Formats: sequence, C-alpha cells, structure tokens
Amino acid sequence: MTNVKVNSVAKTYGTTPVLADITTEFPEGSFTSLLGPSGSGKTTLLRIIAGFIKPDQGVVMIGNNDVTDVPVWGRNIGMMFQSYALFPHMTIAQNVAFGLERRGIKGAEARKEVDRALEMVRLPGFGDRTPKQLSGGQQQRVALARAIVIKPSVLLLDEPLSALDRRLRQEMQVELLRIQRESGLTTIFVTHDQEEALTLSDKVAILDKGRIVQIGEPETVYEKPLTRFAAEFLGDSNFLTGTVENGAVRLADGSVVKSTSALPANGSTVTLAIRPEKMAITSGDTADNSIKARITTVIYAGPVLSYHLETADGVPLKLFAQNRDGTVLKEGDEISLGWSAEHTVAVAD
Amino acid sequence: MKSLGRFYLIATLVFLYTPILVMMAMGFNESQLYELPFTFSMRWYDALWNNKILLTAGMNSIIIALITSVLATALGTMASVALSRRTFRGKSLLQLMLLPPIAIPWLITGTAMLIFFYWTGIGRGMHALLIGHVALAIPYVVLVVGTGFRTIRADLEEAAMSLGSTPVHAFFSVTLPLLYPSILGAALFAFAVSLDQFVISYFLATPGYTTLPVQIYSSIRKGFTPEINAISTVLLLGSMTVILIFARFAKPGDTSDKR
Repeated sequence: MTNVKVNSVAKTYGTTPVLADITTEFPEGSFTSLLGPSGSGKTTLLRIIAGFIKPDQGVVMIGNNDVTDVPVWGRNIGMMFQSYALFPHMTIAQNVAFGLERRGIKGAEARKEVDRALEMVRLPGFGDRTPKQLSGGQQQRVALARAIVIKPSVLLLDEPLSALDRRLRQEMQVELLRIQRESGLTTIFVTHDQEEALTLSDKVAILDKGRIVQIGEPETVYEKPLTRFAAEFLGDSNFLTGTVENGAVRLADGSVVKSTSALPANGSTVTLAIRPEKMAITSGDTADNSIKARITTVIYAGPVLSYHLETADGVPLKLFAQNRDGTVLKEGDEISLGWSAEHTVAVAD
Repeated sequence: MKSLGRFYLIATLVFLYTPILVMMAMGFNESQLYELPFTFSMRWYDALWNNKILLTAGMNSIIIALITSVLATALGTMASVALSRRTFRGKSLLQLMLLPPIAIPWLITGTAMLIFFYWTGIGRGMHALLIGHVALAIPYVVLVVGTGFRTIRADLEEAAMSLGSTPVHAFFSVTLPLLYPSILGAALFAFAVSLDQFVISYFLATPGYTTLPVQIYSSIRKGFTPEINAISTVLLLGSMTVILIFARFAKPGDTSDKR
C-alpha cells in the first residue's frame, strides 16, 4: 500500500511519440482511472508503471523506490488483464497460488491465503475447478484474487471489465470497488468507458495524444472540463464560440452568454461548453442564458429524451430532458433553451 | 446426406488401408512369390530374424529417426519461440525462408546435400544422414510448434511475470506446458519425416550404413522375399502405436482449453 509517482515519463515508438513528458502522482490507497481514446497512451502508461515497457526518459517510483530499472517480476505489482489471462493448465487454486509460490509461500500457509482470497472475491470452494469451467465474470474474479493475494504495492487494471456484458460489468464494478476499499490498494485502472471511470474512481485522468489533459476528482473533471477534448470525451457537451465582452461572451448572432468561469481578455475568442442535461426548455427569460433552436432529431430512450437541435446560425446542440410528463416534442419545433451561468464553462481548444 | 458422408469416409479408409492390409497379410503367406491360396506361415518372420542386413537397416532407421526427432524438435522449438515471441531484424525473411524447403523436391535437396557434404568434407554415413534429416525436419517442427504458439496468448506470460516469474520461469511454467501437445506432435512429425525418408538417405548412405527404405529398395532390385513385408509390418505397427498413443493423450486439434 504505497503511492506511485511518474516523473517526466516519455515513450516514442519509431518516430511516433506515444507518451510525452507525463508527471503525475497516484496517492496511497486511491483509485485512479486513466481514461482516453485508443492511441491516447493510457495503456502504455500503465505498462510502463507495470514494467513491461521501459520509458525513453523519466522515473517511475513505487513508494520510495525508484523502480525505473526494475523488471516487472521485481516490482511486486498485481495486474489484471482484459483477457483474464488465467493459466488454463492449472486449477483455480494453483492459479491464485502462483504468485505466492514465487514468493516462497507454499503448503498450508499458501492454501490459507488462497482460500481467503477466493472468499474475498466470493468464489469460496472453487479452488479445484479449472478456468474453463468458469464463466467470464467468475474468471475475472479469480484473476482479481490472483492479483491481490500477493499483497501487491499497486493494483494495475488493464480494461479488465471490457470483455464482460453490461449487467455483469456493473456487478463487477461494485465488487471491484468493495475489494479495493477493503484492501486499501493503490489502484490504477485503464478504461475507455467514461461511465466506468466516473463510477469507480477517486481521480480521473483524461489522456489525449500522449498527454494528461486533465486529472482530478470525477465531479471536477465532469463539471469543470479544462479543454474541449475533455468536455467532449467525458460525457456530452455543447459548444458555443464567441468573443469576450465585458465579462460575458457575445455570440455571432449578437446574443450574450454569461459564464462564471474565468474568461480571457476582452476581444479574445472563447469556447464555452455546456452539458446537454444542464439545459432546459424555457418559456421566458428566466435563466441566466438562453438561446433559440430548432429540433432536428428526437431520440426517445425511455427515461431520457434526447434532442438534437440547431441554432439559427447552424450551431448543433444537444439536449437531454427527463421524460417527466410524457410530452415528446417533434422535429422542426422551435424551442427556447435556458441554462445557468454556473454551468457555462470556458474551455481551451 | 449423413449416410452418404459415412459411406465416403468408409470408402476412403478402405482405399487407404486395403493395400497395407494385403501387404501385412502377405508377410504371413507361405509362398515366396505372393501366390494364393493363402497359407499361414511365420517363415518370413523367422527369416527376417536371421536377416542381419535388414534388421540392422531397420535399427539404423529407428535410431536415426529418434535422434532426428529429438534434435529437430529442440532446434525447431527454439526457432519457433524466437519467431513467435521476439522481434529482430530479418525475422519475416527467415520465417518466409522456412517454407520453400518443404516444397523443394527431395531429389534436389538430396543432390545439393551430397555435393555440399562432399565439398566440405562432411562426406556420407550416419552423421551425414543425421544432419540431412534434421535439416529436413526443422521446417516442419517450426510450422507445427508455431501454430501451437498462436493459440497461446502472450499475456499469459505477462501475467506470470506480473506475479513474480522471470521470463525463463514464465516460459517453463506457463508456455511450455501449453505448448506440449504441439511439441509432441512436431516430434512425431520429425520422426515420421526421418523414418520415411528415402531420396536423401539414398544419397547419403554408405554401403556399410543404410537405412531401411534404402535397404528395401536395394533388396527389391535384387529380387525380394516377403521378409520385406514382415519388417514393413513390424515398422508400421510400431509407428501406428506411437501415433495412436499421441492421439489419445495430446488430443490434436483440441485447443479449447488454451484461450
């Protein structure tokens, strides 16, 4: 149970930079998600921390130890893979005991530890079965048991839930969080599933093109995205572009939008991000900001109605509305949208 | 449709096995000229027992095949590991160059080896036969073991390493046990390639050291007796037993437990 630090870590394959100068810290006992599209470098960063990839430059610290030159097998990490990676020629108990054996723990003591780990993942008595006899979800639990039974310094998860179906995935999320809290393991979780990242993490790091564009608590990253990419990748966002004028933003159509974000100097161009669920259909000018738009598409998803709209200037907008009274607007309807200045976030491009 | 398929299967088996069964039966026939009616006799087996030349050639064949099998399997498996798990310069070229030897007619390979061995002073005889057979069998081993490798995910070794295994330990504790059926299959393949080999053996054998196929060929030219049938039967039953044991334990084609 230790913290993990990476300092100016960079990695280039051929001429393609995969990671560009990453410096960040994963505090002791925290659950951090590395979130980003494929090619953003999130898996590379995880594999550098694991020791499978050697960075071109920079330092990896686990606790107070510089492990940059320590190979994987000397780092005492617990790792879960997307494919489970259980050893098919061994029983469940042998799988879980593998790491213990490498640490010289054998016999009755190992059996006790294995039983405890299997109990922790709620698979007691499964020790004599083979991986083939288990379902995907069960195999993933065994993989988790195998990773934590060695009491690793850090738990590294490489999209471990992406192969499971939706219901099972949600079940495993709860399980994973429970076990992470119980064990207090510093956990780094790679995912491209934004909902998963928000649900599980103490901290979310959004990666793009080999850089961490934003890292923070899920609420902060979601409510106050720093860049257009962060706003777009984590959740949905509407973007309005205008010119700063006396502490507000004037759009191309002449209307003025207020924001509580710090805005750049008068006259500069700025992009504002507004979450689609923060907008509401209004009849008058009751909200801080309002805009008129025409509905282009209606998506009926049961509890939530999702409208695609277009302003007079052709700016596309999205609106998520709770299906409270069963009224569904139609394509072509002209509506007025209102939202508060607080939910209008200035983002960098 | 189903009965048609079954008929086809049976017809194929009959077509494959009838000549072999006739050959075996004639080894137990009294007549030296393969005449009917069939009269059961063990005389050709008795004669074989006293035919030191054939027996020696048979033993030579088996010894060469065994050594070839062990050497080619070891070397080919190592090559497979490198080709499947590592990246190095010229890898794809090497991989590509492994295939032509399988397609090159043995007559050409044999001639080339004879000339090359003559030039380099390697000469002919048992050692030359071994070198030739091993060289011939390696591509088959690399192919079979390489196919086995593709069914084993690389992240199994990574998982082992994350649990504290060195790469060597990960290979021996995870990859090798999963590869074992492929390696056994490859060894069998190498054994069969060597035991079957006539053309190259014919070039590289010396009058004092021949293998069974070469010896059978020269016997046939001199006018042969059903002793040939007898020794062929012994050899055939021997190799079939090995193959059946392999099929029973290794379940070739079963990759269901190797995700």
